[in-house]
Amino acid sequence: MPDGAYNYAYLDEQTKRMIRRAILKAVAVPGYQVPFGGREMPLPYGWGTGGIQVTAAIIGRDDTLKVIDQGADDTTNAVSIRRFFARVADVATTTRTEEATVIQTRHRVPETPLKEGQILVFQVPIPEPLRMLEPRETETRTLHALSEYGVMQVSLYESIARHGRIAKTYNYPVLVNGRYMMSPSPIPKFDNPKLDRNPALQLYGAGREKRIYAVPPYTPVKSLDFDDHPFEIERWTECCALCGSRESFLDEMIVDDEGKRLYVCSDTDYCQERQGAQAQGKEAP
Amino acid sequence: MSAPLLSARGVTKRFGERIACRDVSFELWPGEVLGIVGESGSGKTTLLNCLAGRLTPDGGTVTYESAAAGTVDVHGLSEARRRLLARTEWGFVNQDAREGLRMGVSAGANIGERLMAIGARHYGTIRQTSCDWLARVEIDLDRLDDRPTTYSGGMRQRLQIARNLVSEPRLVFMDEPTGGLDVSVQARLLDLLRGLVDRFHLSAVLVTHDLGVARLLTHRLMVMQGGKVVEDGLTDQVLDDPQHAYTQMLVASILPV
Repeated sequence: MPDGAYNYAYLDEQTKRMIRRAILKAVAVPGYQVPFGGREMPLPYGWGTGGIQVTAAIIGRDDTLKVIDQGADDTTNAVSIRRFFARVADVATTTRTEEATVIQTRHRVPETPLKEGQILVFQVPIPEPLRMLEPRETETRTLHALSEYGVMQVSLYESIARHGRIAKTYNYPVLVNGRYMMSPSPIPKFDNPKLDRNPALQLYGAGREKRIYAVPPYTPVKSLDFDDHPFEIERWTECCALCGSRESFLDEMIVDDEGKRLYVCSDTDYCQERQGAQAQGKEAP
Repeated sequence: MSAPLLSARGVTKRFGERIACRDVSFELWPGEVLGIVGESGSGKTTLLNCLAGRLTPDGGTVTYESAAAGTVDVHGLSEARRRLLARTEWGFVNQDAREGLRMGVSAGANIGERLMAIGARHYGTIRQTSCDWLARVEIDLDRLDDRPTTYSGGMRQRLQIARNLVSEPRLVFMDEPTGGLDVSVQARLLDLLRGLVDRFHLSAVLVTHDLGVARLLTHRLMVMQGGKVVEDGLTDQVLDDPQHAYTQMLVASILPV
């Protein structure tokens, strides 16, 4: 049962309408940051206030919600947000990517490929990809309006000049639909290729800066690069210590005082699915 | 010579009650360097900003003969086209190099920015072009990856010039390019500028309060006082035989060495 003290999904109906309008506009102009009237949410800025407002505006009783934080379903943030929506929106929750209709995420895109009809909601700390290069908001808006993105290329040039390669590993800038420069939120660049022509709808919510932007299904998303320094994703020499995957994004863990390292999948659901399948394979020869 | 590269007709700019420049008209021909001299507050920089499209004048028109788009009214253009013009066919050298440079990135990135802004996407080529330009403005190549914050004032100014000329503009606006530099550095910079103007057949509008700089670099001179052009003509003619009382005063106040 939903908590009777609050309106369905916590936010009042007018606020949800306003957010839905912003979402519609964001979907209509892929990659464009739409301002919206961000509300105070019962969690601090930086913990996912943008994502939680987007989720609240789109969620319904028939939905199944999955929440991940750095790929994991069992971290404090993920558990709290999942419990929050189970209580105020009366929705079913899951940790399985395939079963979810709405997935709110921080810092990762699930390894399991998404399908049509699924919605991926990103929590975004800094929506403006040009912020670190151009501090003036009026100027960044002009740069977006005129699609003058040379300065972003300058930052990549600088990275190669300094490190011999493009050293940026997360929040790697992308060009959406050949038009708008977009910050993919702090996902590792490993996940950037998954944004490109993804069948699921991607919504990005920034609570502190009060911006919503979106990538509609099957929209081209290109990671910036140079002809002679093409975009590359991270690679590991090791495989996951738990499921043996060589395709997933691995977290490095130091497990003892001697500096012994262990690599495991950051996507807990993906890892557990694989482990389950392997266990079944053993039992039924 | 078919048409003037840049022509101003009755350019006027007010800041409230104060008139910063009043009814300025002139024509700049290809390959010509025009100097604008006058004391501080005479409206030189305001006029330059109006010409370069950075300020919108309250009256008058500025037309430019663009290589790509034919004759254009600088202030009638959309902002997008004006900015495109400014980073392809024009250059702007600020008095304070910090305003014209990106201080947070290396010299190579500073020079390459215009190339990347107009679509260059090959790191090796961009870097090679940056090297070439660094050599042209007489900066050691091992400073390519240093930030301009580590550069001296004269080097910053030369870097700013390289950054502007890399897109091979036809017209360069310069606002006191030698201001704040000591005399020997000034001399080197002037030599360099003279060489570059010659080699790339540049046209330039140069604002300065230093008549020596004007003498060395410019072909023609306009003298401004209180926002008005009080005298104009060939540089040598204006400086050697000043007609207007104010010009005479300016010329007379050069310190004899």
